[in-house]
Amino acid sequence: MKILGSEITPYKTYLNRRKFIKGSLASAMLATVTSSAFANHDSDLSIYTKNLNENDKLNSYEEITMYNNFYEFGTHKKHPHLNSGNFKPRPWTIKIDGLVKKPQTFDLEKILSNVTIEDRVYRLRCVEAWSMVIPWQGFQLSELIKMAEPLSSAKYVQFVTVFRPEEMPGQQKRTIIWPYREGLRMDEAMNPLTILATGLYGHEMPNQNGAPIRLVVPWKYGFKSIKSIVEIRFLDTQPETSWETLAPWEYGFYANVNPNVNHPRWSQGTERRIGEFKRRETLMFNGYEKEVAHLYKDLDLTKFY
Amino acid sequence: MFSTRNFNRSKPVLFILILFPSLLWAYQFVTGNLGVNPIEKLMDELGLMALRLIIITLMITTLSNIKPLKSIVVLRRMIGLFAFFYVCLHFSTYIVLDHFLDMKFIIQDIIKRPFITFGFISFLFLIPLASTSTNNMIKRLGFKLWKKIHYLIYPVAILASMHFYVLVRADKTEPVIYMGIIILLLLHRIFKRLTRPQLAQ
Repeated sequence: MKILGSEITPYKTYLNRRKFIKGSLASAMLATVTSSAFANHDSDLSIYTKNLNENDKLNSYEEITMYNNFYEFGTHKKHPHLNSGNFKPRPWTIKIDGLVKKPQTFDLEKILSNVTIEDRVYRLRCVEAWSMVIPWQGFQLSELIKMAEPLSSAKYVQFVTVFRPEEMPGQQKRTIIWPYREGLRMDEAMNPLTILATGLYGHEMPNQNGAPIRLVVPWKYGFKSIKSIVEIRFLDTQPETSWETLAPWEYGFYANVNPNVNHPRWSQGTERRIGEFKRRETLMFNGYEKEVAHLYKDLDLTKFY
Repeated sequence: MFSTRNFNRSKPVLFILILFPSLLWAYQFVTGNLGVNPIEKLMDELGLMALRLIIITLMITTLSNIKPLKSIVVLRRMIGLFAFFYVCLHFSTYIVLDHFLDMKFIIQDIIKRPFITFGFISFLFLIPLASTSTNNMIKRLGFKLWKKIHYLIYPVAILASMHFYVLVRADKTEPVIYMGIIILLLLHRIFKRLTRPQLAQ
């Protein structure tokens, strides 16, 4: 499926449109509405590009949605795009538990009505040494953490992906131990760069990119940015994470983008920006050094990779 | 039906069939039809093709033990050379397209990353095989020595499948299948030797 730039609408318009459709039109009309009245992508591209570094260029919607690592839908890059059609991202709830004032389950709609959705254009650097520039829509994780009211003893946050083997064919095979789990230190989770994304390019989050809600931590390798989150747990000890459990000599808990720390499989010194021919140098903390380096000033990054 | 003549006759068709993917991928690469990460895709396809052809050459030898299929062995050299052809394309994609002839980086990569080390050694071992593939070379070296050199295909196959196995991050099914086939083919050869000790002398 080829998606033209002109078919892409900004997220806010999209949300408004959803309400409008719910109130008055059958959802069958969606296609017509999308392609005519509300389609205006080009004039809105500046929303995203104004946040860009001069060396960066947005990757296309096609690149972002057809080349994914989301093993829940299969291990090839094309699998998530091909196999995620049956996944149902609504209705959706997120369970909050662990060291919080009161464990509870939030309806996603309720969370969204309490936060401000904003545009964040981030570089995404995969541990496999490729990268993209993605215009996300989402809100700061810190906003949800405030809603969750963690206790002062909470030092870490753990995230869990949904487990639905009937909708996620990759989960029918034990390639990794399901459900996928990830984690952050509390200060990393509270950092303003860390967001929960609910859309990209003004679309609601596509299934293959982690619908309906996913983490984005731009200074860490992509596998930290866990998708389709159903549970957030507050802990006082460092949580287990999926890739670290599978191959601790390759993947650490921190997984900060670091060109100076070698990986047995891929050199992390350079990367291929999707769409570019020549490799480029990988930047410390994926270029977010100013914003996050202070978090690690007392940490030996070669040991805690 | 399975005469030497018929196998020889099938060669031009096989030649085109085995060559075709490389032309297709080259065309797709140039026209921008190899997907989102074309260099990676090209490298993966070429490497997988090479590994499959290496395994096929081992299979041909095994199949030629079956009496009626004896003559199939006449296809082995061509397929072996094609394996080398695809390995060369795979390796040059890595050197030229992936790393843009950054030799310092490439040498580091070969030394530091086990999977690249396996692949590289496998490639090196294939060079003497490919360069002694002519009838003239067999004559010059003598069949015994020539045969000894060509035992290198066993480490080549094992290293190539390990190269693939280590590369895969989580679902190792496919490389395990290739490794399994190679091990079975090797076990068959060992078994044959052990059951005919008088020929080993």
